[in-house]
Amino acid sequence: MSVKQSIYLKKEVLIRIIRAFFSGDFLKNIRLIPFDMRPRGMEVSYRCCIYKERAVLRERIIAGLGFAIEDDDEAEDLSDYAKKALSRVKPSAKPLTIAATACKGCVKNRVYVTDICQGCVARMCGQVCKFGAVNFINGKSVIDAAKCKNCKMCVAVCPYKAIAQTIVPCEEACPVDAIKKNEAGFAQIDYERCILCGKCIAGCPFGAVHEKSWLIDVLKHFNSGLTEKDGVANGKNIIALIAPSIAGQFPGNIYQLKSAIIQTGFSDVYEVACGADITIKNEAVEFDERMEKGAPFMTTSCCAGYKQFAGKHLPEIAKFMSHTQTPLYYIAQKVKEAHPDAITVFISPCAAKKIEAFYNANVDYVINYEELGALFIAKNIEILNCKETKYDVESSKQGRNFAVSSGVAAAVASLAKTPIKPYIINGLNRETINSLKKAAKEQKIDGNLVEVMCCENGCIGGNAAICAPKVAQKAIKALVEISQDIKDDTGSGI
Amino acid sequence: MKTIEVKICLGTSCYIMGSSYLQELADIMPSKFSGRVNIIGHNCLGQCMSQGEKSNPPYVQIDDEILDGATIEKVLEYIEKKL
Repeated sequence: MSVKQSIYLKKEVLIRIIRAFFSGDFLKNIRLIPFDMRPRGMEVSYRCCIYKERAVLRERIIAGLGFAIEDDDEAEDLSDYAKKALSRVKPSAKPLTIAATACKGCVKNRVYVTDICQGCVARMCGQVCKFGAVNFINGKSVIDAAKCKNCKMCVAVCPYKAIAQTIVPCEEACPVDAIKKNEAGFAQIDYERCILCGKCIAGCPFGAVHEKSWLIDVLKHFNSGLTEKDGVANGKNIIALIAPSIAGQFPGNIYQLKSAIIQTGFSDVYEVACGADITIKNEAVEFDERMEKGAPFMTTSCCAGYKQFAGKHLPEIAKFMSHTQTPLYYIAQKVKEAHPDAITVFISPCAAKKIEAFYNANVDYVINYEELGALFIAKNIEILNCKETKYDVESSKQGRNFAVSSGVAAAVASLAKTPIKPYIINGLNRETINSLKKAAKEQKIDGNLVEVMCCENGCIGGNAAICAPKVAQKAIKALVEISQDIKDDTGSGI
Repeated sequence: MKTIEVKICLGTSCYIMGSSYLQELADIMPSKFSGRVNIIGHNCLGQCMSQGEKSNPPYVQIDDEILDGATIEKVLEYIEKKL
């Protein structure tokens, strides 16, 4: 697997936004990005003409500045967007946005009969269709789109494989049917259903789905040459909280990474894995209590996407879900206690954590791995050349292994008194969602601790991951091997 | 028998712009190349800096030649040609 061109382009835009921010003339240079990236006379890489390419880049920049592309009236200058971003107090609670210019409005999801149809005598397609959607015209089958429900039964039975289905990749990627084409034919997110897992971001081959970045909200607190007159309050104590999935996402080890993050302008860095150590202890106690009271099972609750899923699609599972707080909750609380004036920034693998942060006053902002990566590149920081800086508090083996599928269950098992039989949900998809629904309904499942991770492979499979899950797994394993087992006093002293 | 040295740049830009994926090369190397290709993760090869605006990370150095915009497919194709 190699990096997708659409993702590459997204990172390139982020790097340019950051460079413009630190250039000394943010408002002018942000406006010039589409022209710098696609100068006059340049051969057009992807789309019909250079003007469309620039229009798409402009929309990507709007998302990069943290605004909804859907609300754009096309007449507004990028400099005005930049100004608004600088004076913004709180970013939006809806973290995703779709660029209509990039969303090709691909053909609607439908099943149709191709020329390969031989007009056979068996007519299995007509027989299996429960909706009477298959007609026969001149001996060949034709599907009535008004009656067809896309069940694909006919696709499966055709002996010539003559029936094809067009796929809308974002709709296909979404596990909860939250992204749909609107009447104009462009994808639209239904936030009543969306669990913010970010699978559509990775799914769209046109790179049309974006996270509304909170980068500017963070950068404006850095020393950038901008002043209060520009709407920024710089020189603040800004603390980065790095998610346990970060090992392997960047070159070097997490100690070099700490130095690199501080070089970008942060004042300090804490491992969220330290918060995971508190989660593990509390969750083990809660698990034992629930088992003593005779509960059939308990599900974990650290995945923000799963919490959204439960709230919006399966409220019946709530009573089985652990009430223990997330690693981010505990570490942010500790950091704010120790540094009440500091600004906390969670460095995240996924979009879903933005919603958790939005409702937690101790977490001021979230930026993801791609955005942090762009910041390193824009500031020319060579991580492998950075010296190692120790963390004030070192996290445990178990806490550092939290981001890998089955890592949470193993961590709880290391402290719980009741023997644990884990049931691992390695990624929310239609199949695993069904097993969760069944578990909630029948009040049983084949295990007593259900670990739910929204993304396949765990947090290392998040939508903003920089490396392949295998590479991340190796890096986390190496870090876990040099870490200490969790003990009663692990994490004290934060 | 001739062996080839493949240096994958693990400089910050290269890593973030795609060489993180190239680390899988060693695992998926076709058996016909086995023992003939030496894959090394390498500190920044200095290409992004020297190419400036025109830089196209990730970079891979195959023996003495530099490959830009490297993907797994491109690297494998190159090795095939050289061997």
